[in-house]
Amino acid sequence: MLDRHVGFVGALREAGVPVSLAEGLDAANALMVIDLMDRESLREAYAATLIKRPVHRPGFDVLFDLWFPPVMSGGSAPERVEYEENTPVEELRGILQRLLMGNPDDPAFREFVREMVGRFGRVAAGPGRQSWFSYSVLRALSPETLVARMLNQMLSERGGLPEKLARQEISSNIRKFEEAVASEVRRRIAEDSGIERIARSAVKPAIDRLDFLRVTKAELAQLRREVYPLARRLASRLTIKNKHGHRGRLDFRRTVRASLSTGGVPLTTHLRPKRPHKPELIILCDASDSVSSFSQFTLLLTFALREQFTKVRAFAFVDTVDEITKYFAPGADVLDAITRMTKEADITRFGRTNYGNVFTRFADRYGDAIGPKTSLLILGDARSNYQPPALDTLKHLVSQARHAYWLNPEPRPQWDTGDSIATSYSTIIPMHECRNITQLAAFIENTDVGAR
Amino acid sequence: MSWFAGVPEVGERLRGVDYLADDGIATSVFLAGALGKPLLVEGPAGVGKTQLAKAVAGASGAELVRLQCYEGLDEARALYEWNYKKQLLRIQADDDAWGDIFSEEFLLERPLLKAIRSDAPTVLLIDEIDKADVEVEGLLLEILSDYQVTIPELGTIAAVRKPYVVLTSNATRELSEALKRRCLYLHLGYPTPERERDIVLTRVPGLSGNLAEQLARTVATLRSLELKKSPSIAETIDWGQTLLALGREELDEDTIGETLGVVLKHHSDHGRAVKELGLS
Repeated sequence: MLDRHVGFVGALREAGVPVSLAEGLDAANALMVIDLMDRESLREAYAATLIKRPVHRPGFDVLFDLWFPPVMSGGSAPERVEYEENTPVEELRGILQRLLMGNPDDPAFREFVREMVGRFGRVAAGPGRQSWFSYSVLRALSPETLVARMLNQMLSERGGLPEKLARQEISSNIRKFEEAVASEVRRRIAEDSGIERIARSAVKPAIDRLDFLRVTKAELAQLRREVYPLARRLASRLTIKNKHGHRGRLDFRRTVRASLSTGGVPLTTHLRPKRPHKPELIILCDASDSVSSFSQFTLLLTFALREQFTKVRAFAFVDTVDEITKYFAPGADVLDAITRMTKEADITRFGRTNYGNVFTRFADRYGDAIGPKTSLLILGDARSNYQPPALDTLKHLVSQARHAYWLNPEPRPQWDTGDSIATSYSTIIPMHECRNITQLAAFIENTDVGAR
Repeated sequence: MSWFAGVPEVGERLRGVDYLADDGIATSVFLAGALGKPLLVEGPAGVGKTQLAKAVAGASGAELVRLQCYEGLDEARALYEWNYKKQLLRIQADDDAWGDIFSEEFLLERPLLKAIRSDAPTVLLIDEIDKADVEVEGLLLEILSDYQVTIPELGTIAAVRKPYVVLTSNATRELSEALKRRCLYLHLGYPTPERERDIVLTRVPGLSGNLAEQLARTVATLRSLELKKSPSIAETIDWGQTLLALGREELDEDTIGETLGVVLKHHSDHGRAVKELGLS
């Protein structure tokens, strides 16, 4: 048990969960007082002592399932269904359909998953080698195609609210089925080739370390959900910073006035309270497909942080530039704003990013938007398809603004590869690598974009 | 004194005070008592964090001492304060009193000190710790790890009986590592539809099981949309009470449309839900 405990804690650390020595000891203490036979309370005991941030929980669950796999009930379950080797697939799909419409915590559900992985999951991965894959199970049974059938059975008539609710329930059950299959597959691989090997690849990075450029659609939705909590956290941090700042300049009048009571000697000085610094913000963001998820997220965040700025104006570009502020009006719906922006704004002519043209057009049409109080924020990957970069125009724009920053979602080693001209631009304007939420939050906190 | 005998017992006793705990909650609550460590409960507003502390106090028959945190909370209001007026009067009345004005007699107890010195079982609830300034966390560290308070003039006061400490946070800011390290952590999220149905049934007696089921499913669907603020359990309960007051038996599209304001508090969320659920 001790070895397993130490191995598990080590694997958590490797997966990027900070587990201190003291927390490891707490967990060991917790193991002394709980019922070790109850797997769920073991899981929760570990979670309570080791996992201190909710973003680490999904990775924790994956590792826990590997290190402490459920005990196989050796056919003792009373309602155990026998799945013959040669049951036709159609019949199995029928069983799956019944299970999906029932309660996914049913032991029969787990039993079914186990059998199905055993039957369909084994795929030859090379000469003489076999491995386990979840996609072959999902392809054989294709639960998604059962949805229509299930809906017909559950509802007397289609459409309207009841269908929405039924769909929601079915799709959440299908997701649970897929997760169960994936976890069973991981368990089988671990059985074949050892826990350590699979553990390294099984854990996905936590949402705040997720690379903007590599997010899937589902993860993007999850990222957007992070916008408001993150904005709230940043806003509270920024106001604290504002409050703790230095006091302002000497208030001459009040100091002289106070000196009258000490015979004209200014013993106490009075300072003016510092005026809150609320910058105007201009965001210029690349809306081409390659970086769109990054731009969307950053735009949403800055608009959620609106209270921190007196004025936010946003411009989007691909090879020409247009103002998109109006789509992000306060209270507007996030998704609508994005779809309207991509549909209505005049940002594309040929569909290939052209930074040089964009900066020239921006200076022509909106150059007067930048003033001495403005912070300029450019979001993009600096990949200009070998077009002229218009460095001088950018230099002029930067010199007009109070601060200017460039956020680049590409990892630093990839700058200047291919058509990227990151370094040429970064001699003019400070360029920051910004690949995930953590880096973005750190940028907003550490620079003058928000407050001082 | 041990607070609970085992995980199943926690579940039963919390149920006795109308709090339905799942595996995670029951295990964390049991461990906090068994290991003598504070329990940090984090999660969105209205999922029953404060209620959990109250339920623990109710289930174990302990006294609840509550410290509500807010911006600007300081030592004098959280821990202890000297009764200056009384000290001043004593000095004026008696010239030799300089030595003994820092004694028990002049000490004003605040929630933290009260919880430490109480010899009856006590549940100390430090509510919304994220609203307090960062300095308050430093103040709490000594109490949370050693259950003692150091008052310079009096020395160290150790707990007569370890209180059961629950901290809650809305995660508006990241708490310090030092604080988190000393606590057990419990993240309270939104419940499964089954559990939510049971919660609604316990908290809104008189609601039919069928309606509670529909309510829980609808709220689960609302939470799956991308909303600014997902409806909380507290709001689901409000919704149940609204339907009961209106005497509705069925949660159909018209009813939802009329009463959606109970659960969704943003205009854009409202619009989104109407569109996605196909309400008119």
